[in-house]
Amino acid sequence: MSRLSSSPRISSGLGVAGAALLAVAVLVALAAPLIAPWPPMQIDLRARFTPPAWEAHGVLRHLLGTDNLGRDIASRIVWGARISLGVGVAASLLGAAIGGTLGLCAGYFGRGVDAAISWLIDVQLAFPFTLFALFLLAVFGGGPGPVVVVLALATWVNYARVVRAQVMALRGQDFILAARAVGVPSGRILLRYLLPAVAPAMVVVGSFSAAQAILTQAALSFLGVGVDPSSPSWGAMLDLGRSYILSAWWMATFPGVTIALVVLGANLLGDWLREWLDPLAVSRR
Amino acid sequence: MSTHLVDVSGLDVRFGATHAVRDFSLAVAQGESVGLVGESGSGKSAALLALLGLHPEARVQVSARTLRVGGTDLLSATGPQLRDLRGGVAGLIFQDPLAALNPLLTVGAQVSEVLRRHRRLPARAARQEAAALLALVGITDAQARLGHYPHEFSGGMRQRVMIATALAGQPRLLLADEPTTALDVSVQSEIVRLILRLRAERGMGLLWVTHDLALMAGIVDRVVVMYAGRVMETAPVDALYGRPRHPYTQTLLASLPRLDRPHRPRAALPAEATAPGHGAQTGCPFAPRCPRRFSACDTLPPLFTDGATQAACWLLA
Repeated sequence: MSRLSSSPRISSGLGVAGAALLAVAVLVALAAPLIAPWPPMQIDLRARFTPPAWEAHGVLRHLLGTDNLGRDIASRIVWGARISLGVGVAASLLGAAIGGTLGLCAGYFGRGVDAAISWLIDVQLAFPFTLFALFLLAVFGGGPGPVVVVLALATWVNYARVVRAQVMALRGQDFILAARAVGVPSGRILLRYLLPAVAPAMVVVGSFSAAQAILTQAALSFLGVGVDPSSPSWGAMLDLGRSYILSAWWMATFPGVTIALVVLGANLLGDWLREWLDPLAVSRR
Repeated sequence: MSTHLVDVSGLDVRFGATHAVRDFSLAVAQGESVGLVGESGSGKSAALLALLGLHPEARVQVSARTLRVGGTDLLSATGPQLRDLRGGVAGLIFQDPLAALNPLLTVGAQVSEVLRRHRRLPARAARQEAAALLALVGITDAQARLGHYPHEFSGGMRQRVMIATALAGQPRLLLADEPTTALDVSVQSEIVRLILRLRAERGMGLLWVTHDLALMAGIVDRVVVMYAGRVMETAPVDALYGRPRHPYTQTLLASLPRLDRPHRPRAALPAEATAPGHGAQTGCPFAPRCPRRFSACDTLPPLFTDGATQAACWLLA
């Protein structure tokens, strides 16, 4: 729809910048053992609160400084990319599977099925999600697995709404009627006719959802219910740094900037993808 | 009647408050070709979709005394029976092939889909057969074109692909919903000839839905004229053109341009007084526009038989 609206087009330059930011993050995550100068858990109490290299008392060995236990901030950010991106992407994919399935069914079958699924979507949207996530993680414990599931519960709604709306528009089209007119069963119409038609929209939602998942995961870690607090997660680093924000500003600042950059990258990429994978393009092709 | 390909009586189709088809009856014998003619909104397409049970149950109410197509009773058919009927017993050709072909699948995949489903062909054989079908409907270089998408074809070629998918299940009945309306005039006659040739070769029954009464002359054996959801007249094509009984049919025919009498004044119907699809019909639905209206028209006329013609008009009583 974006081509018909008055919103300014996102230039491809920004999209490429977003893709580049994400690509760097992914490369860093993959090459963490090669890049990180220190093991992320290595404690060095004599080097506690070392400031970044360009500050007074800073040393080049700890480029972005160290935390209250003398762990290297740069190394922890590099290793943290694995957790943040891994959890974000996994949550986004799981959300796509759940939301895509429910959205397809709601849009195609309509009536009771649609009413039930739409009700679920409304409940999910009406519920303060952070509270819900805190509750689930407090009850079932943290760790990457539960966090991914909880984050998928946050993102599936995005997919379900978009897919449902698109399927409703497609359902009435002649090519779906024509498929039924040659005896194609419903399940196959969903998978072979409707899913490919909504896939571009799902890719767009996916990039935004991954950004949302990364941010929410950081928020959960910040609140102390995320993945194992001792593991180098960006959110947990932010939480730890908060206590020392006046004496060691670098502890919270660098993880925070990293989160901001990665989420920005994912959002820019999403905007760009939306331009290119515009839902209208399906019928124009 | 059980030998008929299509056996419908008392069919009603309602879209909520709109009563699109009323007490509609139709019989198509094996190998017979029938034209279903009516204006926009006369209910002809709604009746056609009901023959394959394609109306969504949630929003459209379909009822009938008899609704059988190729031996399948649509009033009691199960899901698998309906799927066998659709494409296997009856192939449907749509008006606009660009809209009716899936833009995301190659034409080979779409024709093969029917072959695998209805003729249980394995993938490779289905592909060969799909190429043969495309060649049959006049697409050159069929083997190579299997891998092309609908948008890579011209309008006439797309309609040929559509016809190939309709034929793929080897149906005994071909349903055509204004198959030439969306096409260029120069292509229309080719498509008409193609459908007629295939029908003759395969001995299929044909139900051709159109608003173009003139087109029917050389195409079908019998014509059913619909108005406001009802059958107004049904007659062998020669009788219909030679001696139309219903004033509606007479006016329709009089409104056609004729090459042999170019200066003949052409009839025009007064605009519709009421939307025909709404409310109860107590009298003849055509009465408000009828040039030969008289007192009896306040009562709904049944179909009167006169020779091979049936017409719903009190003038025949």
